[in-house]
Amino acid sequence: MNPRRQKRLMGISAIVLLVAAAVWMMLTALSENIDHFYTPSEIVEGKNGAMPQVGQRLRIGGMVVPGTVNRDPDTLAVSFDLVDVGPIVTVSYNGILPDLFREGQGIVATGRLTEFDFIVAEEVLAKHDEEYMPPELAEKMKGIKHVKPQNIGAGQ
Amino acid sequence: MWKWLHPYAKSESAYQLCTTLVPWFSISAILALSIGTVWGLGFAPADYQQGDSFRIIYIHVPSAILSMGAYAGMAIAAFIGLVWQIKTAYMGMMAIAPVGAVMTFIALFTGAAWGKPMWGTWWVWDARLTSELVLLFLYLGVIALYKSFDDKIQAGKAAGVMALVGVINLPIIHYSVEWWNTLHQGATISKFEKPSIASEMLWPLLINLFGTGLLVGALSIKRLQNELLRREIHRPWAIKTLIREGKA
Repeated sequence: MNPRRQKRLMGISAIVLLVAAAVWMMLTALSENIDHFYTPSEIVEGKNGAMPQVGQRLRIGGMVVPGTVNRDPDTLAVSFDLVDVGPIVTVSYNGILPDLFREGQGIVATGRLTEFDFIVAEEVLAKHDEEYMPPELAEKMKGIKHVKPQNIGAGQ
Repeated sequence: MWKWLHPYAKSESAYQLCTTLVPWFSISAILALSIGTVWGLGFAPADYQQGDSFRIIYIHVPSAILSMGAYAGMAIAAFIGLVWQIKTAYMGMMAIAPVGAVMTFIALFTGAAWGKPMWGTWWVWDARLTSELVLLFLYLGVIALYKSFDDKIQAGKAAGVMALVGVINLPIIHYSVEWWNTLHQGATISKFEKPSIASEMLWPLLINLFGTGLLVGALSIKRLQNELLRREIHRPWAIKTLIREGKA
């Protein structure tokens, strides 16, 4: 490689490295804002030393604790508990839940923190995992029997 | 070591190489895409959670992976163009750019169409979706920057630097689902562990991924050929080629 090419190579690599370093520092500084949601333990125990304030609008993402989904028989109101590894946060919501919403499912809810572990949600989104398999295999491997949401009440 | 590669920097030999490659790429792309799509949409089993809706994966995942792959290819061409000052490399860069931009758009569009029934929303500003949108803007920026110069060597340099700097976005897109909490789920196949998808669903996906790669290759090569002819339309080799192919 002749010296001129070598110089250009160094120059271009330097530009790319500098920009990469700048972007990396920006992302590190912003990292808590880039997170799409808090987990239940981050809401109860704080995240990076900062506790979420009561009254704050935030997003929470966690798994619906089986057996905690309470539906109001007359309205669309529903409440359920979310968990990740430790503490539990209760979410209440008034509206239509996504199709994938069921017990044990990961969901993301947007709303206002009204108590340290209670959220009144305006929007509930379902988060699914990266696993794809046919229903028979899922039943064999995970013991999950796929039931359509409207059949849950009827089957019990 | 790289001496055998040098002749292809010349427009005429690059054009000849493209002529040889195009039919192979296009025929195998059509074959792979038809097999993968029919198998994936028609015969692969439905998912245990998402039912038939999951089948959009056969378009979403290949286009998303290739939107990043095309960007990497474009950046390598930009790098070669900048360091060795080969104008054919700049032409290659610009041949790939619109193809990659379309792949990014398809990934975003199918992702939105998949997100609505499954997540409950078309769009959220989470790290994965936002960084993929930034990729689309990078493609458009590279194209716009190139078009804004009249001198095509200057244009290639400017757009090349932008394409290279944008490479930083590729690891951000890939690792966004691990570094931050996102609504988008983690990687299913592009990871070192075993893919978390049943094998009878995985095969058509891999075939479609392969086919989409070939399609991106075929379109880029064809675009490079057109650009070579357009730029050197007054050179003897171009005139000779056009006459031989019966187009002039």
